[in-house]
Amino acid sequence: MARFRFREPSIIPGFRMAFGFTIAYLAIIVLIPIAGLFLKTFELDWATFERIVTGPRFLAALKLSFGASALAALFNVVIGVVIAWVLVRYRFPGRRLLDAIIDLPFALPTAVAGISLGWVYSPNGWIGRLFAPDIMISYTPIGVWIALVFIGLPFVVRTVQPVLEDLDRQVEEAAATLGARRFTTIRRVILPTLLPAILTGFALAFARAVGEYGSVIFIAGTGTGVTILPVLIVEWLAQRGHNAIALHAAAAIAAVMLMVSFAILLAINLIQAWSNRRFGRV
Amino acid sequence: MDISIVDVRKEFGRYPALNDVSLTIRSGELIALLGPSGSGKTTLLRLIAGLEMPTAGTVLFGDEDASRKTVQERNVGFVFQHYALFRHMTVAENIGFGLRVRPRARRPARAEIRSRAVQLLDLVQLSGLEDRFPAQLSGGQRQRVALARALAIDPRVLLLDEPFGALDAQVRRELRRWLRELHDKTGHTTVFVTHDQEEAIELADRVVVMSQGRIEQIGSADEIYDSPASPFVFSFIGESSALPVVVRGGRVAFEDTDLAISAADIADGPARLCVRPHDVDLGEPGPGRVPGRVSLVRRSGAGRRVEVVAGKDAHRVEIEIPPDLSPSVGSTVGLGVRRWRLFPERAPAA
Amino acid sequence: MSDANAPRVRRRALRDATTESPAVRRLLIGLTIAILALLLVMPLVAVFSQALRLGLDQALATFQDPDAMDAVLLTLLVAAIAVPCNLVFGVAAAWAVAKYRFPGRAFLVTLIDLPFSVSPVVAGMVYIILLGPFTPIGGWLLEDFNIRIIFAVPGIVLATIFVTFPFIARELIPLMQEQGTGDEEAALSLGASGLRTFWHTTLPNVKWALLYGVLLCNARAMGEFGAVAVISGKLRGETVTMPLQIELYYQEFRASALVAAFTMAAVLAGLALITLIIKTWLEWRYADQLAATRGGH
Repeated sequence: MARFRFREPSIIPGFRMAFGFTIAYLAIIVLIPIAGLFLKTFELDWATFERIVTGPRFLAALKLSFGASALAALFNVVIGVVIAWVLVRYRFPGRRLLDAIIDLPFALPTAVAGISLGWVYSPNGWIGRLFAPDIMISYTPIGVWIALVFIGLPFVVRTVQPVLEDLDRQVEEAAATLGARRFTTIRRVILPTLLPAILTGFALAFARAVGEYGSVIFIAGTGTGVTILPVLIVEWLAQRGHNAIALHAAAAIAAVMLMVSFAILLAINLIQAWSNRRFGRV
Repeated sequence: MDISIVDVRKEFGRYPALNDVSLTIRSGELIALLGPSGSGKTTLLRLIAGLEMPTAGTVLFGDEDASRKTVQERNVGFVFQHYALFRHMTVAENIGFGLRVRPRARRPARAEIRSRAVQLLDLVQLSGLEDRFPAQLSGGQRQRVALARALAIDPRVLLLDEPFGALDAQVRRELRRWLRELHDKTGHTTVFVTHDQEEAIELADRVVVMSQGRIEQIGSADEIYDSPASPFVFSFIGESSALPVVVRGGRVAFEDTDLAISAADIADGPARLCVRPHDVDLGEPGPGRVPGRVSLVRRSGAGRRVEVVAGKDAHRVEIEIPPDLSPSVGSTVGLGVRRWRLFPERAPAA
Repeated sequence: MSDANAPRVRRRALRDATTESPAVRRLLIGLTIAILALLLVMPLVAVFSQALRLGLDQALATFQDPDAMDAVLLTLLVAAIAVPCNLVFGVAAAWAVAKYRFPGRAFLVTLIDLPFSVSPVVAGMVYIILLGPFTPIGGWLLEDFNIRIIFAVPGIVLATIFVTFPFIARELIPLMQEQGTGDEEAALSLGASGLRTFWHTTLPNVKWALLYGVLLCNARAMGEFGAVAVISGKLRGETVTMPLQIELYYQEFRASALVAAFTMAAVLAGLALITLIIKTWLEWRYADQLAATRGGH
């Protein structure tokens, strides 16, 4: 048997240097700090950990974080598919501009989005004043939801768009020759084909929303009781001082959030693998 | 039910894809639309299906005007070139799709749709594959599933776009024979598009030869092979060479040589003399023979291929001779024409 | 055109089998425009309109505040360190992943993408736990070398590097994989050295993707809020970047501070717009020389 080789032979130089640097940099910047966080969590005894994760503030933040994120991602799926459809299928003046604007939430710093959304939806703001005082948006869970919709929108559009572009028109024609009306074709043929991309977009938007801090903190305000998990971490870090428990509590929440991120990452990979296996290359 | 295409014209933008095409397809017939790419054959097929609407003219299904019906209402079975199977549905779901999307009043029960799918899979000889996904099938199998799916809706006409185009030669031949048998068994009126003359001639009852948006000839395999209606058909079906000649008073001349050919029924003027490789013999130059020079000799299967450059403008003529003859390259020869077709030179199309 | 006796029926039938009716089309286009205007464009306009609420002079007065100028300078400094670091990493990682085959390659790519799925707050926090003044490493650095990392500029740089970590690598990896090793092998076989091959063959092939990655990396580096907020300690004039300065102004609840907050935000929004414009231009002009994937991040 041939001696094990770590890589296939290649005449191209520089593998050791490039690979070594990549691994070292990755370890120093990402892997070791994340491992440190988990180690920190293990210093916590079980009873304390349990007290933290069953405490009312944690549970309320958990509920708001996951609830608002799921609702925002869901909204983004519906509206994102419509937008992707319009951008891919229809030709109208200004289409390219709209297409470019989609990426605004990626490019706009979250603090800028936050301060702006916070004002627009406040009782004096352009939209907030239409609803105040009956419905308050800023400083309530509705505001959190709006901020999460804002930052998550591009994910769904940008995952669905390329799949829609590659869709074979003949498949739609086939459905039509078999007697399917347009709406039936969309519901039974096009949407199921887009499903893996839609699920991926949902997962990406959801993951981003769960971790979001910058745009939410402005619209949720401080001391309003509208607290999501990242805000809770920051609050506990701030009151830390020499209080080791608060730091541990923050670490525990962070660890939980990291586990959620990993789970979502895994889910996305599984969705891709499943759809590749079943439908061929997507 | 006959299908009639009457004076159909189709323009994409300002470019005419079909020029006043008329065609009648008889009930139960198997028809091939044959032509090079850009000849309008696929456009014609899509017009029959209702995937395109004619710029002018009508498509009749029996006596009714199908041009007023949408593709959904026409009830045609269409097999796409790349099959266009629904990749998120199993084979059985694909086949049952046309039944499942019917309005509730006409929709068969779930179990009935399933049994119909199984039955059709049996017909296309794919029993047992009903729960596979299209990605798990070979090209030939996908082709048959696409056909079964089209047959499931009991179509008034079956339309196939380059049905064997994406398959390799071996599978192609098998499927061709199988499709013919299937047609004879089910009796569906069938129209298929192909650019492969062998396929068209072998499979179809009648062949429609198309070129540049026009129908050049409609006929049986024998008719289009033995009596081609135009130089295009002559050259498109089988191998051929053409020489520019002049007809005067029933005599045919190539450059200065009077060929021993009578052309009593052809008006005076320039014409095109078309010949097939095996209808020409090679000999010494002499009266009534086309003078030329051998430019290439190569072995080809059972015979020998010779390329002769004839006349002042070096027109290439390909001929086939027995293998025991072997003229040397560069030698001067005379070509005797045994069978030929003469076409008066058409004035350039407006 | 000629079928005058049944114009209504024909108009319906003439519709392409794979498009929706004009009414539906108009409805969907209208919906898209309305949503994008309301959700994306309006907040952008609001930033500029609020910055100029008390006039241009008042907005420009923001930059006479030394805190504001310090924040701008710190932001530039952080980006000037973080972006080159990730640039070098991105090129090295793409070279290793795309030009060689070795076991675990796909896993390495997943790890490189990892920071995208980590909450910025967590990204800042991992460094506090690792390098805070009461940790072994942090304590050692502080006592023996008097280097403070947390609540200081090095921490801000680290956190920024973390959150912008994958931007350049993920633009380069798919593109360089697509391009294969043919060009490099040709250059090497013609006698070029490894470095020359890289400089004259590999780099020109990926230059637009590299620019694209740098652009996105820089936008995020200058705009990062969560990770930096956790680690900075918000010492005015020392560890406050532009996004943090926005928050500090915003919390003052004075009209002039609010204008300052929005002015600072407008500068960053301007940066975002420029980024978007160059990005769109690159996608339009050099679509073939960017990675095929245009997914989000």
